[in-house]
Amino acid sequence: MAAPFYVSPEQWYTEKAEYARKGIARGKPIVALDYAQGIVMMAENRSAGLKKIAEIYDRIGFAAVGKFDEYENLRKSGVRYADLRGFSFSREDVAAANLANEYSTVLGGIFTREMKPFEVEILVCEVNNASENTYFRILFDGFISDQRNFASIGGDSDQLSEALGKGWRAGLSLGEAIQVGRDALGQANGGSTTLDRDSLEIAVLDSGRTGRKFVRLSKDEVGELLGG
Amino acid sequence: MFLDEKYRGSSFAEYLRVDHPDLLPDFRHVDFTKAVLMHGTTVLSLVYRDGALMAGDRLATMGHQVGTRDVEKVFKIDETGCMAIAGVAGPAVEMARMFQLELEHFQKLEGHDLTFEGKANRLSFLVRQNLPAAMQGLAVMPIYAGFDAEKGRGRIYKFDITGGRFGEADYHATGSGGNEANSSLKKSFRQNDFSREDAIAAAIEALIDAADEDRATGGFDMKRKIYPTCKLMTKDGVEDVSDDDILAARERVLAKHEEA
Repeated sequence: MAAPFYVSPEQWYTEKAEYARKGIARGKPIVALDYAQGIVMMAENRSAGLKKIAEIYDRIGFAAVGKFDEYENLRKSGVRYADLRGFSFSREDVAAANLANEYSTVLGGIFTREMKPFEVEILVCEVNNASENTYFRILFDGFISDQRNFASIGGDSDQLSEALGKGWRAGLSLGEAIQVGRDALGQANGGSTTLDRDSLEIAVLDSGRTGRKFVRLSKDEVGELLGG
Repeated sequence: MFLDEKYRGSSFAEYLRVDHPDLLPDFRHVDFTKAVLMHGTTVLSLVYRDGALMAGDRLATMGHQVGTRDVEKVFKIDETGCMAIAGVAGPAVEMARMFQLELEHFQKLEGHDLTFEGKANRLSFLVRQNLPAAMQGLAVMPIYAGFDAEKGRGRIYKFDITGGRFGEADYHATGSGGNEANSSLKKSFRQNDFSREDAIAAAIEALIDAADEDRATGGFDMKRKIYPTCKLMTKDGVEDVSDDDILAARERVLAKHEEA
């Protein structure tokens, strides 16, 4: 019998992480930030059919970068998880923190046990009337962090949070917040492309609405907010 | 857990059945036919110029007694449609909740809305799923109505306890006072001439007629200020008709009856 081929855990994990990072780096980053009435989520996306930003539940939005089939699977499971929780308890009992924990557990498990890690980064946002909005960022290995005011996934996260931090202040109007987000996404792109109504996918979690707060902005609305 | 679940489709009811059957009621070997259960009585729907209307009285009975005086039998299901229920109140309310979730779940997973027929079919499926319970005494008789944006008009679907979807109707009433309400609507109904006020008046008249003949249908409880509820579904969405408008319609109906 041949001796089993030995790879040290350290080397194995390092190589898996490198593999995942490479996959994620192929995608464009996504940003989300507070505005006066809630949260705005923005992605560069020219596809009309395939979405990167989606609704999970009343107050919870989802965004992902990386491999489409993998994050689409995670998104659908998230919707099932949230709807099941809301069905068996109450709508108010569905919270982003539980969902983000679940994503972290699943991604961490896959990273540890499977040959191939998921090549995704996930952002779970929750809009709140009473307290501050929360942003959970979950990485391919299950690493989870929560942030306030703004967050990003994909791309160079230091550069993105610097750009967002520079432009963001409390009480931005929706139009202003979208400008800040567009500048951050543009810088991440090396400033080479101009992002316009046809290349931006934007959705908001509008705390002024009753019930489901997630609304997708149409191309016309995006165009108008960007100033024509 | 999470990614390991078996069901991969877009129906919430199917998902529960496959992966979480413990959350669904199991009524096997239980006979409810002799139990005194809370019953919702008369509900109705009609189409008019701007869309569809749905109304119901507020009484729920338990045998010969009042169960609840101010129960809500007309439920907003999504931005375009409502469901009204008559029959045993417990499973009926549960069915409305499940239907609402079924449509929301589909919309979130697929990224777009079901068609009007698609929604009616899902309700038909839920009613059919309830059939064994119905045979044991837990019958639920829903009406589904809404504004079909594609066709640009209000539409109504009626169902029996087997989930049979008996096509579309211009008006329909069900529940213990359903027969009376139906004959009242039959006389007053003029679809395309019906304005918002006419439609509300016709619905209120039908409920007053039903309450007059059927002891289980609650009319206007002026002392407690409990009035029938009424919802309108138009291109602008679902609107709750205010108590003032309901009372105005009642005045109009009473004046008409005075003349006759």
